[in-house]
Amino acid sequence: MPDATFRITTGRGESAAFKDYTTHITEGMVVLDAVHQIQAESAPTLACRWNCKAGKCGSCSAEINGKPRLMCMTRLDTLDLSVPVTVEPMRAFPHIKDLVTDVSWNFEVKKRIRKFKPRAPDAPDGTWRMRQEDVDRVQEFRKCIECFLCQDVCHVLRDHHKHAEFAGPRHFVYTAALEMHPLDTENRLEHLKDSAGLGYCNITKCCTKVCPEHITITDNAIIPLKERVVDEFYDPLTRLFRIFRPSK
Amino acid sequence: MPDYQTHEHDVIVIGAGGAGLRAAIEAAASGGLSVGLVCKSLLGKAHTVMAEGGMAAAMANVDDRDNWKVHFADTMRGGQYVNNWVMAELHAKEAPDRVRELEAWGALFDRTGDGRILQRNFGGHKYPRLAHVGDRTGLEMIRTLQDHGIHQGIQVYMEHTVTALLQEGPPGGGGRIVGAFGYDRERGRFRVFKAGAVVLATGGIGRAYKITSNSWEYTGDGHALAYNAGADLMDMEFVQFHPTGMVWPPSVRGILVTEGVRGEGGRLVNKDGRRFMFDDIPDLYKNQVAADTEEGWRYVTGDKNANRPPELLTRDHVARCINREVKAGRGSPHGGVFLDIAWIREKIPNAPEHIKKKLPSMYHQFKELAGVDITTEAMEVGPTTHYIMGGVRVDGVTQMSTVPGLFAAGEVAAGLHGANRLGGNSLSDLLVFGKRAGEHAARWARAQSAASADDAQVEAAAREALAPFDRAGGENPYQVQHALQDLMQDKVGIVRNEHEMAAALDGLAALNRRAAAVGIDGNREYNPGWHTCLDLPNLLCVSEAITRCALDRRESRGGHFREDCPDKSKDFAGHNTVVQRGRDGSMHLRREPIAPPREDLKRVIEENK
Ligand SMILES: Cc1cc2nc3c(=O)[nH]c(=O)nc-3n(C[C@H](O)[C@H](O)[C@H](O)COP(=O)(O)OP(=O)(O)OC[C@H]3O[C@@H](n4cnc5c(N)ncnc54)[C@H](O)[C@@H]3O)c2cc1C
Ligand code: SF4
Ligand code: SF4
Ligand code: FES
Repeated sequence: MPDATFRITTGRGESAAFKDYTTHITEGMVVLDAVHQIQAESAPTLACRWNCKAGKCGSCSAEINGKPRLMCMTRLDTLDLSVPVTVEPMRAFPHIKDLVTDVSWNFEVKKRIRKFKPRAPDAPDGTWRMRQEDVDRVQEFRKCIECFLCQDVCHVLRDHHKHAEFAGPRHFVYTAALEMHPLDTENRLEHLKDSAGLGYCNITKCCTKVCPEHITITDNAIIPLKERVVDEFYDPLTRLFRIFRPSK
Repeated sequence: MPDYQTHEHDVIVIGAGGAGLRAAIEAAASGGLSVGLVCKSLLGKAHTVMAEGGMAAAMANVDDRDNWKVHFADTMRGGQYVNNWVMAELHAKEAPDRVRELEAWGALFDRTGDGRILQRNFGGHKYPRLAHVGDRTGLEMIRTLQDHGIHQGIQVYMEHTVTALLQEGPPGGGGRIVGAFGYDRERGRFRVFKAGAVVLATGGIGRAYKITSNSWEYTGDGHALAYNAGADLMDMEFVQFHPTGMVWPPSVRGILVTEGVRGEGGRLVNKDGRRFMFDDIPDLYKNQVAADTEEGWRYVTGDKNANRPPELLTRDHVARCINREVKAGRGSPHGGVFLDIAWIREKIPNAPEHIKKKLPSMYHQFKELAGVDITTEAMEVGPTTHYIMGGVRVDGVTQMSTVPGLFAAGEVAAGLHGANRLGGNSLSDLLVFGKRAGEHAARWARAQSAASADDAQVEAAAREALAPFDRAGGENPYQVQHALQDLMQDKVGIVRNEHEMAAALDGLAALNRRAAAVGIDGNREYNPGWHTCLDLPNLLCVSEAITRCALDRRESRGGHFREDCPDKSKDFAGHNTVVQRGRDGSMHLRREPIAPPREDLKRVIEENK
């Protein structure tokens, strides 16, 4: 099999620049394999994150030929190797070095979302009963591997840098998982409307397109959340009801 | 004096997988203590996230004949009776509560028809016992613990690596632990974590082998940290080779194929189409195995009167059978055998949908990485280094090691699994003993008077960490790492013998010399080459421990198989193998007798034979 060239972001801050590395390709290789091979052969200091090499941990996010993807799940035989393959760090987050970015903001945002609060147990032994159908819906959201590719692609963060006001699609998926959890009793709608900036999302669906777990972020998480916010805060009938009934 | 930053806590937990998170949560929940949690990767990326099949707990939701006694007996049988039975008993009794606790913290397991937690079949477990979420149980578990833990006031140090423990008295002398020393990956700045108690939850050692299901993190750091502080390591000869790793294409070799595939009815066949697992049934399991394929199918579909298919025997046995088929030239084109789940379409109408629903990430993994559709084609699989049963020797109740103030839980600790771990018993192990370690570390820390770290130890640790930069132009650390992986794979792998292991010891000595001369360019900022230099001594330490223990155990038991002594021997049934660092710095081995189980537990074992 032939050699291929990878044009990888190296360095940090102002001095970061593309550098070309050529390496030998074998059957079935993914971009992460190529990066590792380059590390072992010629660039031992080249920094990237990875853990599972099987699309399960969400560590190896990068932009490959400009598209946000997992390096470990991007097979070389799906790319055009006659030209250099560009590999860049995610752009929506501060750059640390080479392919590594500072994603700590995501962990801070998550902390601000109110935690799970279950209803009282259903059975005397302290356990609950749930139907598989009700669990299925939420399990889709819980597949999230926190790769933050959806955050990377979302224009509200990527282009408009609304990190202070907008939690981003990953955290809407997280909130949806909590809000639709069959046992949960907490209310997060005010937070969604005010602090999490749900209104900034104009449903471009870019996040759904890049999600490696194929979570239908917009249709299944964001839109239902938007509807709930509308019902809660803008629907006159609900408002009337709230006068008589304290919110859940 | 090198520059470093100091962080003070009552309890420091090293490792943020299931065991570390559970320990930190428990220590924090005890109230009034400051808890720090250190991990090499980002939060939520530890190995635990990769676990697929499920966690074992005798909740009896699917088969009401199950209870802690059966689980205990299964665990002891699987471990070939060299387990720490105190741990096996606590584990079997406490696992159900730990699983239910996860549900109370938001975990969403698959359900039974009447709305309870569903449980599935797994190798070596008599009844369906694994609580699961499709084939991504580890993700559910780590995310639940992480999302619960971030509201507990735990201070998290992500992407920090600990390279040494700090203790009273001379380094390695076994004195009380007072903290840990490490660096942050981003900038390479040194950190000193002062603490009254340290919990090791660093996971395993898989990177010592070439073919492994483990990530870069698994370099045996916790094992080496404990050993270097003077603690005992135990049972290091018992390494689990999982029977089914991917074998093709080369870049994915070793990546795990969950046992869940076999739990759902997947069968192993050789190139002649023979279901070879029926050809060799070990005595210990003679009356627990299906008579034919029909009975096996009835078992996996829930017939309580059927026995399990031989594919669901313990991992050590299945791995060796696969190895034998391949060596005899009956393997698949790329040196494995075939694992076929697609055949169940003969049995059920909607097989492809069923497979995708039950094994979604396996479907995904083969489709995207190997171009194989598992709903229509067989997978090619072969053994892969997966887990180490051995580790830090701990007290079964408190999880304290032989060094005061040093605790260990999860894969880094030894005892529960004996010579072979049953699938699903790790995730439950993490919860049960993570909790116990956190609780007892907190209790210990509370009772300690203030201690301060010895400057000389900090200075020595810093000097050692920086040494690879002084040797810029020295050998590339990746070359030494690859040589080590080849050596262990070839000489101390799934089938062992005296001659090869003796050669391995010589090889390790040579590699130790090479490791002492590796060098790295660049600076301390996010420099994986530097990190690899610092991992090497740990990998070498655990490799030596595995080899020495394996040489001493002149029999075959569980994960340890010797072709020169292929049978189990009474002479080796009554002790665990222990290594400790001697005063001269060399590795000392001794045999530690196993205390006989309590009478009532003996009866439980007998009744379940
Ligand atoms: C692919 C796969 C599938 C599996 N499936 C199952 C299953 O279905 N059921 C089951 O029971 N078991 C399964 N296992 C086994 C099980 O997942 C592991 O044994 C278990 O997750 C280990 O958990 P842990 O908490 O001990 O360590 P880990 O989850 O590995 O965490 C180790 C932590 O220690 C940190 N660390 C290590 N060294 C240092 C250091 N020097 N400084 C600071 N931090 C450090 C790491 O960063 C990490 O956070 C599977 C394993 C694999 C690889
Ligand atoms: S749909 Fe909304 S959240 Fe998703 S990328 Fe578009 S604007 Fe961002
Ligand atoms: S929602 Fe999808 S894209 Fe976003 S972080 Fe989770 S897995 Fe990644
Ligand atoms: S390495 Fe885990 S998702 Fe790529």
